[in-house]
Amino acid sequence: MATRSTTLPQARTRRSAARRREAIQGILWSSPWLIGFLLFTLGPMLASLYLAFNDYSIAGPPVWVGIANFKKALGGGDELFWASLGLTLKYAFVMVPLGIVGSLLAALALNQGLKLTSLFRTFFFLPSLTPVVASAVVWAWLYNPNYGFLNYLLQQVGIKGPRWLTDPDSALFSLMIVALWGSVGGSTMIIFLAGLQGVPKELHEAAEIDGAGAVRRFFAVTLPMISPTLFFNLVIGVIAALKVFALPDVMTGGGPNYATWTFIKHLYQNGFQSFDMGYASALAWIFMAIVVTLTLINVRLGNRWVYYEGDVRREDE
Amino acid sequence: MRTSSLGRPLLYVVLVVCSAAFMIPFLFAVGTSLKPIRLLHVYPPLLFPPPNDVHPENYVQIFRVAYVPYALFYRNTIVITLASLIGAVFSATASAYGFARFRWPGRDFFFMVLLATLVLPEEVVIIPKYLMFNFVPDWLLGTTWIDTWWPLILPPWFGGGAFAVFLLRQFFMQLPRELDEAALIDGATSWHIFWQILVPLSKPALATVAIFSFLGNWNDYIHPLVYLNTPAKFPLSVGLRWFQQQASDPSGEPREHLMMAASVLMIAPAVLIFFAMQRYFVRGIVMSGIKG
Repeated sequence: MATRSTTLPQARTRRSAARRREAIQGILWSSPWLIGFLLFTLGPMLASLYLAFNDYSIAGPPVWVGIANFKKALGGGDELFWASLGLTLKYAFVMVPLGIVGSLLAALALNQGLKLTSLFRTFFFLPSLTPVVASAVVWAWLYNPNYGFLNYLLQQVGIKGPRWLTDPDSALFSLMIVALWGSVGGSTMIIFLAGLQGVPKELHEAAEIDGAGAVRRFFAVTLPMISPTLFFNLVIGVIAALKVFALPDVMTGGGPNYATWTFIKHLYQNGFQSFDMGYASALAWIFMAIVVTLTLINVRLGNRWVYYEGDVRREDE
Repeated sequence: MRTSSLGRPLLYVVLVVCSAAFMIPFLFAVGTSLKPIRLLHVYPPLLFPPPNDVHPENYVQIFRVAYVPYALFYRNTIVITLASLIGAVFSATASAYGFARFRWPGRDFFFMVLLATLVLPEEVVIIPKYLMFNFVPDWLLGTTWIDTWWPLILPPWFGGGAFAVFLLRQFFMQLPRELDEAALIDGATSWHIFWQILVPLSKPALATVAIFSFLGNWNDYIHPLVYLNTPAKFPLSVGLRWFQQQASDPSGEPREHLMMAASVLMIAPAVLIFFAMQRYFVRGIVMSGIKG
């Protein structure tokens, strides 16, 4: 090396050495997350993919069974599979639109510059801070058909309250109310509020001069401008709704008569109560496939209706 | 969008009614927690006990009942939450520094992976994680970590969650690189730059990460449910559910006043943190809604 003493290669080696040092430092600094990802995400995902094709109950070694677990789930060998999946999808299809419309309306109301706005915002927000288990316990008491406050309130306005959690016909509906209570004024609303505050006032003024009323302005100006926020809340909302577990597990235990037996409850039951870990892993991957599919559908559809400011490319196409 | 002068009073009415709807569960919980036993199962139900029959001692009583180790639940939650929080803040900050300030092969790929894990349902990996913690090697703190706090406390020390890393990385990216470079010329190591320049400037972002970590662990239900079996090791979430199942025993006296006191005491820290650090809180939520 010393004989070929032109400055250029030396500088290059020095630079590449610096590069290498920078790379090593960077990887070292990021190593907590990188190791965590391998240990607690990627590794377990691959393990659960393997287990999904096995019969495994902790006690003995896993036994390869091919696609038997998936056959059992999808082919009707497990009555509760389709029931729990249908129920969870139903829950999501009701909760997501209601949650998003509710949060958006709340955000619009809080974006009018009214007095006491921050007080109202705090009231709306507090339920979302409440630990799910605590809300479940409180609402179970509120729903109590004999001594609960809710049916008493309903009676005051002449409605005979249902039996809420103890009636299979109303149990899931009761959970939805609690979930809406705990989410409408939460992060979804805060994100909408931030989105609304980003809508330029000039656009509204211009539309107003052109004679657009409040409703027209909402659909022609506000909605397109906040469509990225709407899109984000939709994607996150769908995933969160599909994962529903703690609320039914604490409030109803999945009952009565499996009326609130959600998909993750089914997964939990198979994995940690029956210790049928192979089958539960298959359920986990089916769940993953459903979440990914719905998210991709959302993203695909989102490309059509989400408007990104400054996204010139789309106009050129 | 401005409303007409006619719409304004109407809007106030709607806001007040909605606020009442959001607050009634809290009022009923607090009211019940102050009632004597004989006012629990009465019809019509009282929102609050009469002023001469208020029993704040229920909040002391809940720590003393023999059949529910509530004081232990509370202590366990604090220990688990703080141990996780410290790990999450440290490891997420370090990881974010690596992503924000160094060039290394695969960095951008792994950042995309990190963003993807933001929407990955944790439930998918809960079974293999359980198995992993069940079969830890003998030399590593006992033969199994099931029914210990390790599976709850340890993972946050490895990155503290994708959202924390993402949020801090975005924050570091906003800080001018010239600060690092000036320090570098002065002979500072990356360690110094991290501790003496970036961390002091990132207090708001660190506070945000700490709050979300706190709430996440304080509220976590499925993990302690899966990993813990012994009630004395339960945190509040699983402990409260366990208490509720005890309370449904028909032979005993009504216990709703204690259930509600227990719930209120579980809710209180989350609410207090919110009021104390509202600014960081809202910023964190808004960050989550910004496209990476």
